[in-house]
Amino acid sequence: MSKRTGVLGKVLGKQPIGSLFVTPYVVFLAAVFAYPLGFAVYMSFHDYFFTAPGAIVERPFVGFENYATMLSDPAVRRSFVNVGIFLLINVPLTVVLSLLLAYALNGAVRWRGFFRVSYYVPYVTASVAVVGVWLFLFNSNGLVNSVLGPLAPDPSWLVNSNLAMPTVAIYVTWKQLGFFILLYLAALQNVSKDLYEAASMDGAGRIKSFWNVTVPGVRPATTLVVLLATVTGANLFTEPYLLTGGGGPDGASASPVLIMYQRGIEQGNPDIGAAIGVLLVVGVLILALVERRFVGREN
Amino acid sequence: MKSPWKFLGLLVGAFVFLFPFYYMLVGSLQAEPDPSVGGAFPSPGNLTGHNYAEINAAINLGRSLLNSGIFTGGVILGTLVFGVLAGYALARLQFRGRGAVFNLVLLVQVVPFQLLTIPLYVMIVRSYGLADSYLGMILPFAINSTAVFVFRQYFLQLPQELFDAARIDGAGELAILWRVAIPLVKPALLTGVLLTFIGPWNEFLWPFLITKQQDLQPLAVSLSNYLTTVSARAANPFGAVLAGACVLAAPAVALFVIFQRRFISSSLESGVKG
Repeated sequence: MSKRTGVLGKVLGKQPIGSLFVTPYVVFLAAVFAYPLGFAVYMSFHDYFFTAPGAIVERPFVGFENYATMLSDPAVRRSFVNVGIFLLINVPLTVVLSLLLAYALNGAVRWRGFFRVSYYVPYVTASVAVVGVWLFLFNSNGLVNSVLGPLAPDPSWLVNSNLAMPTVAIYVTWKQLGFFILLYLAALQNVSKDLYEAASMDGAGRIKSFWNVTVPGVRPATTLVVLLATVTGANLFTEPYLLTGGGGPDGASASPVLIMYQRGIEQGNPDIGAAIGVLLVVGVLILALVERRFVGREN
Repeated sequence: MKSPWKFLGLLVGAFVFLFPFYYMLVGSLQAEPDPSVGGAFPSPGNLTGHNYAEINAAINLGRSLLNSGIFTGGVILGTLVFGVLAGYALARLQFRGRGAVFNLVLLVQVVPFQLLTIPLYVMIVRSYGLADSYLGMILPFAINSTAVFVFRQYFLQLPQELFDAARIDGAGELAILWRVAIPLVKPALLTGVLLTFIGPWNEFLWPFLITKQQDLQPLAVSLSNYLTTVSARAANPFGAVLAGACVLAAPAVALFVIFQRRFISSSLESGVKG
């Protein structure tokens, strides 16, 4: 097999057995990725409803009707505004905090391992588990409010329609920060030491050299962090579902995925659910392109 | 660098990150919930294991943990077997379509799983009748594109001479993979397994959608059901929830603390440098 050359080798490659090795993966992608992707788009343009398995029914093409129905639903529009608020808080906070903590950690000599573990622990823990503690910490007579005393918001954090989504955004930032700190730590290894030396020769202080050397040096990582934070943020479901009792108060923290689940599965309108999903993904892709433009412009 | 405020900042950060976990543990052991500041310090008279008994009576911890274990184990097995095969082929074998498959690996990671939720639900639950089954739970995660990419990076780092020598000796590709390549990247594969573990162990939405039968639900799902429905009726609902949370958090945190060096080193950096 190793000596396969000539025409056959040109057509199939030197080790055609490789195609056999990737077959399960490709079949899997076709079945669990490509097909459902096409199916989602198909559903969103047809009158699709749940039937008994094997039943043959008409699924008439309805054009943009599902999209029109979905967009005229105030709860859906609200959920897209909500995720916008979420991203406006979560993404900048994630970038700033994870870069600062990674920078400090990179320079730290004492307790490095301890710090790394503590920052990463929320990320490896199930959201369902830590949500329990946050509920306990942030309910109206929880620890946070008893520390704040008269400064505690009324109504409390998660039942306050102005604070519910920001609280969810801060929770998610806290939960995922460790992962982004690690991305920045890896990126900081690549920033040349010479640049810092040159900056200090030029009389730049610590803040100046952070701003002029570190920040541009990790720009590719920043692009990645912004994109990943946006994509995970757009997928928000578990946190509003559990922290705010299904997106309350009064829909103030409902995310598009939560509404997609309610309309598509709970209320039995998979075509509407699919339309919400398609709109969400198109929105994320546009946002990702815009972010790439602005954040990654020097690359 | 020797700046004390940097160290101080790191300390404050560590406190913010760890405190909820500490509070989780303390809260799970309290007989009476105490939301005041004093409640953060456990007093011996208020300590009890009752919350663990209560959550165990409500959701059968053993069974839920077993379900989480089967779900996670199935995902890891699929990821390892098929991911290593694909990763090895993409790194080390020249065959027709290699470039196309590699582009697929990268492309797939951009599309969010949530778009697929509704169609996958329709397919798996309605068409294939796999609701309330382990297979239905595992299927969408059985191969992980990120893992394929990471495995490929590991195999790429091995020297080509090894493979040439083995091929001259007449070894088949499967034998080379099994006897030469895998033993050399074993430590890295462990990292892959650990990173894959976190996903299904903590996954909530998918098993939540497809398991209605309580005795098939992973712990994350049964705990959330307890959180949203039963907890209102329990004597110390937060205590019981926190006890369940500790049980759910413990395996992942323990694995991470034990293997923390592996989590941090090669895989992420190879991922970033791509």
